[in-house]
Amino acid sequence: MANTLYDKLWNQHLVDARQDGSALIYIDRQLIHEVTSPQAFEGLRLAGRKPWRLDSNIATPDHNVSTDPGERSGGYEALKDETSRIQLQTLDNNCDEFGIAEFLLNDRRQGIVHVVGPETGAVLPGMTVVCGDSHTSTHGALGVMAMGIGTSEVEHVLATQCLVTKKQKNMQVRVEGVLGFGVTAKDVVLAVIGEIGTAGGTGYAIEFAGSAIRDLSLEGRMTICNMAIEAGARVGMVAVDDKTIDYVRDRAFAPTGDNWDRAVEAWKQLHSDEGARFDRVVELDAAQIEPQVTWGTSPEMVASVGADVPSPQDFDQEVARKGVQRALEYMGLKAGTPIGEIPVDRVFIGSCTNSRIEDLRAAAEVVRGYRKADSVKQAMVVPGSGQVKHQAEAEGLHHIFIDAGFEWREPGCSMCLAMNADKLGEGEHCASTSNRNFEGRQGFGGRTHLVSPAMAAAAGVAGNFVDIRAWEKKS
Amino acid sequence: MKALKKHRGLVAPMDRANVDTDIIIPKQYLKSIKRTGFGVNLFDQLRYLDEGWPGKPLEDRQPNPEFALNQDRYIGASVLLARENFGCGSSREHAPWALEDFGFRVVIAPTFADIFYNNCFKNGVLPLELPAQLVEQLFQAMYEQPGYQLTVDLEEQQVLTDEGESFSFDIDAFRKHCLIEGLDDIGLTLQSADRIKEYEQQRRTEAPWLFDVISKGAI
Repeated sequence: MANTLYDKLWNQHLVDARQDGSALIYIDRQLIHEVTSPQAFEGLRLAGRKPWRLDSNIATPDHNVSTDPGERSGGYEALKDETSRIQLQTLDNNCDEFGIAEFLLNDRRQGIVHVVGPETGAVLPGMTVVCGDSHTSTHGALGVMAMGIGTSEVEHVLATQCLVTKKQKNMQVRVEGVLGFGVTAKDVVLAVIGEIGTAGGTGYAIEFAGSAIRDLSLEGRMTICNMAIEAGARVGMVAVDDKTIDYVRDRAFAPTGDNWDRAVEAWKQLHSDEGARFDRVVELDAAQIEPQVTWGTSPEMVASVGADVPSPQDFDQEVARKGVQRALEYMGLKAGTPIGEIPVDRVFIGSCTNSRIEDLRAAAEVVRGYRKADSVKQAMVVPGSGQVKHQAEAEGLHHIFIDAGFEWREPGCSMCLAMNADKLGEGEHCASTSNRNFEGRQGFGGRTHLVSPAMAAAAGVAGNFVDIRAWEKKS
Repeated sequence: MKALKKHRGLVAPMDRANVDTDIIIPKQYLKSIKRTGFGVNLFDQLRYLDEGWPGKPLEDRQPNPEFALNQDRYIGASVLLARENFGCGSSREHAPWALEDFGFRVVIAPTFADIFYNNCFKNGVLPLELPAQLVEQLFQAMYEQPGYQLTVDLEEQQVLTDEGESFSFDIDAFRKHCLIEGLDDIGLTLQSADRIKEYEQQRRTEAPWLFDVISKGAI
């Protein structure tokens, strides 16, 4: 029988199919961070349980860490926010008590879990991966069945190495053709969400396929799978190809010797078979996708950079009209305003969507030789991990940012969710490479516009959104 | 976990689509390492006019008089009536914790986001899907009748109005069973411990690289 990639990963991890339609799925790797784990560890303690398989877990703090170089260098003692410090120390204490490996706050391998997993080889093709974070879908870029879970499930996986779940339906999102100059993985995924809506993928596992996806680097594929959840899908995936195998080779936790050869053989099967059946197929023409900018408070409220902010009257349904009306009020935007005329107060380049080395290179290329616009209060570059930061510094990218008046920060989730001090002020517009433009997401009353790293960088220089395809790069 | 067999309660509205978990409980409250105490900050950005943070005294907060849950007629509500794609976004279980802590036991909507839907069942909250047209009808009835109550019978899978109407809903058998009995599903899964070990042993032979150790001492 012809199987989809998702079918294959599901079948390989099926421990028990129950009569009521639920299933026990074996989890190969759990990634743990400070925000969604304390109550899970507490649950284990209260029930007197131990983790089932210690060596499948790996932890690192990310959501709540300071990205301020001064504050960070002082370790926990220097952290100004006491509740944050307690949460971070609780992670360390729990990992010590239960014996779980952790990349500590100022270890070079610390970073955003979804950057750290692939770059250390802790996440490998063919695995099932979970984390108490919805952007766990990121890891699907390596041909992995990865999904975000709640804290009760974090505890469940710790205690049993399994997840009780139901099989999702199969969706294929096929992007064929060649992306235009200046159009990136971020624009592709925003265009997909614009097409199917934020609930379009609910109940599905999405496999991203087609020549435009195959042409992307692994980092680009991670950006795409990362935002599968913004289309409603818990799982996003891309089939394994030579690029995947090259990416994994020589990573710290990648298999070696005979195990490597055996693994590669197995990984080469991780694609949908010819004739495999999908419950839904969505097709996009790569050549039609333009640089995208969100204008509202849901990732589906997105338009091409050359478009105007839409009017509620453009929508058929009453609930949608009301939603758009409310979004425009919150965003302080008038229908019909050209996207390019929206002023930008802050710029955030970072997050599990866009904080990898290729993202920073793309932003640096735009910024090189320019200065941040005076009207932009702050432009922040937050590398996804210590390793990304180190690599960027080895390439001199930090000098390009600093010379342009951009801030060069320590790794963490930062202003993507604004749990720490990195946040927007009320009413401020932000060009952000993150994944959610929800009300208040980046700060109380803050107004987020999701864009690619190059588009965010250009907005920081220009003070408003500009079409990156017309950008004059300096060498 | 609190069991839920049958529940009757006052209905309150959350009349907008795509309510995300950031709206249900904003991130600044996620610094807590506890499971309780989130109810006072449920829908914080909509419920209060001022910016909230953990530990801010309630007397310093300015409730938004236009927000439904601040209005007398909805005080004591335990059934939340909502729109499409409720609970989208972040996987934070703090969202159902906040709903439960506030006093909600049932959320009715045309559709829910997957992770939130799942998280509710772990916390004694029933997310209940009804067709959009029916939800619209319930919204109208609720707005027209102060004190509007609904009864949810999970065993019979019925929503009952005081006028004697009943609407059936779907729910999968396992989740229904756990919620009715208030079961801890870790205990249930551990009943399959032998099966898990058997699977693990077989996988270790087939795919040993998946069991390469990441140990605390080795990193």
